[in-house]
Amino acid sequence: MPSPDDAAPGSAAAADAAAGDAAAPASDSDAVVSEGPEGSAGVPPAEASEPMRQEQQELHGRLSVLGDSVIESTQVFDDIVVRIKLESWRRAAEVARHELECDYLSFISGIDWAPAPKEGGDEGASDTSAPVQPTEMTPGAAGAAGRYQVFAHVQSTRRHWGVTFKADVDESDPRVESWVSVYPGADWHERECWEMYGFSFDGHPSLRHLYLPSEFEGHPLRKDFPLLARVVKPWPGLVDVEPMPGEPAEASATAETTDQ
Amino acid sequence: MTRPTTASERPAGPAGLDPGAFRHLADAQVNVELDTGDMILNLGPQHPATHGTLRLVVRLDGERVISADPVIGYMHRGYEKLTEFRTYPQVTTLINRIDWLSSFANEVPFLDGAEQLMGIEAPPRAKYIRTVLTELSRIATFLLFLGEMGLQVGALTPAFYGFRDREHILNLIEAATGGRFHPNFNRIGGLKEDLPWGWMAECRDAMKIVFDACHTFENLVLGNEIFEARTKNIGIIPAEVGASYGVSGSNLRASGVDWDLRRDGRPYLVYPDLDFQVHTHPDGDSYSRYVVRLEETREAARMVLQCLDAMPSGPIMAKVPRIIKVPEGEVWVETENPLGQMGYYVVSKGATGPFRVKIRSASFSNVSILPWLLQGVYVPDVITILASLYFILGDIDR
Repeated sequence: MPSPDDAAPGSAAAADAAAGDAAAPASDSDAVVSEGPEGSAGVPPAEASEPMRQEQQELHGRLSVLGDSVIESTQVFDDIVVRIKLESWRRAAEVARHELECDYLSFISGIDWAPAPKEGGDEGASDTSAPVQPTEMTPGAAGAAGRYQVFAHVQSTRRHWGVTFKADVDESDPRVESWVSVYPGADWHERECWEMYGFSFDGHPSLRHLYLPSEFEGHPLRKDFPLLARVVKPWPGLVDVEPMPGEPAEASATAETTDQ
Repeated sequence: MTRPTTASERPAGPAGLDPGAFRHLADAQVNVELDTGDMILNLGPQHPATHGTLRLVVRLDGERVISADPVIGYMHRGYEKLTEFRTYPQVTTLINRIDWLSSFANEVPFLDGAEQLMGIEAPPRAKYIRTVLTELSRIATFLLFLGEMGLQVGALTPAFYGFRDREHILNLIEAATGGRFHPNFNRIGGLKEDLPWGWMAECRDAMKIVFDACHTFENLVLGNEIFEARTKNIGIIPAEVGASYGVSGSNLRASGVDWDLRRDGRPYLVYPDLDFQVHTHPDGDSYSRYVVRLEETREAARMVLQCLDAMPSGPIMAKVPRIIKVPEGEVWVETENPLGQMGYYVVSKGATGPFRVKIRSASFSNVSILPWLLQGVYVPDVITILASLYFILGDIDR
């Protein structure tokens, strides 16, 4: 298992990046190609070629069929993310299939935007082997109203474009319309989403477990579902860490105390 | 009915039994309609045609399949959950094990996504080496298919050729990366190491072997009457049905859909600079899937040679921070992997690890068409169809 330090063996970056707080990406001007993570809505990224830009504009034009159903739409790199009202979820599939010529279903899945609970409680705070996620809830591209979102990606094999649809799902009663009648391939994706997030898909022919045993309880991909392997036994990576030369030996001492 | 009573009067049957004694039982059933109730056949989870642990619950009427229900999850490892507890460099070791026949190709889209979010671009030499290794893993995957597809329909010889020739490719991958199956050679911003001395010459030699192998398979398998009888018109996937199920890659191109993400998707690696052809076939049956993969193997070998000819010199790592923190944002990346469309939807919250990774693996969608595809086929054709769809269990279960 490589540690983050393995990422750039022998590269010059390792020398001049301060250990610990190197949050900024490499600022080499010739290495940077893309824009920030989110451009403004409807503007194709700067590096898009001319035919690609035209395609994107036509796609945006056709998306206007959805009208009021669209809450927000944004361009994320080369992909268009459209957040629609939950009640228009199935209509979005129909529009995608017939108006946008998106005949290909890539995936349907869910996101839980809740902040991840700190692994191992407060005692695990010094465990740097696991990434520390922010504690407040921040929405992703095209925004989010609540905790749960269902999202799907469809593509066109003829026009070579794709759209990502998102919709907010009610936290107390997570219900979504099924896409099976539009895209038959949605069957397994929705079964997976149902067992992993607990979203119930109205109109799905048989919502049953796909991966997990039928007696399994809980929805593993929800953020409040703990990764049981780490709860039972803390990640051993920290034990092996020796202090860097010149660093106080305290770091390893605290590691041993948290690993009891 | 009079029966002989003593042993001496009976004609001696096998094991001393009198065949006449049971004749009346046979007579009774002659004019009764045979009970042909449905039969449930459990194919797998340890069936050799399933490359792992796929179970098919097939309902049969005689030799004909009424309905088929694939049962998956025997190998589910929960990678989407595990990625949330790992740093970006650690995630690559996981995604190596999704499609274990072409592990290198799995790493590329994920790192591509992370690099896009960070605003880093790998140096040209790293991109070229990545392309070579991706195409090598495609060749290795397809050589195994070309041999093993014959095996599944009863021809033993191609399997040996397939395994033998794939070994050359695996040796190349091992020489460059240190691992035959799980290289974990990609780093955010480039590669772990440069190619070893003499590797490119060896790679050129190996491509000759690949062309020879394709020639062998073409002569040995495609001209074979039995192979054609077993695969032609078996398991036809119409283009629009396949697309709506999310069937991708060679399987969809064999149905006549001219769609290859290397050419039609967002530009990645050095594919825009390469001159290559996308092969399709109009039929959509098992035979055409074999033909398309055979052509794509050749095309991949040609691409490798093109990359070797154009291989630039220079660094193999971009300037990256020592501790990788990916800025907040999300990105959808997709690549044309040997088995089809491989995609990652990466959501980052500015931490050292991803917040959410949706892994879109090719085999999952390719296999999800089975309940539709297997209706009405005969039992031996189930094996042909499974073999021709060509899936990897790790790619279904993730």
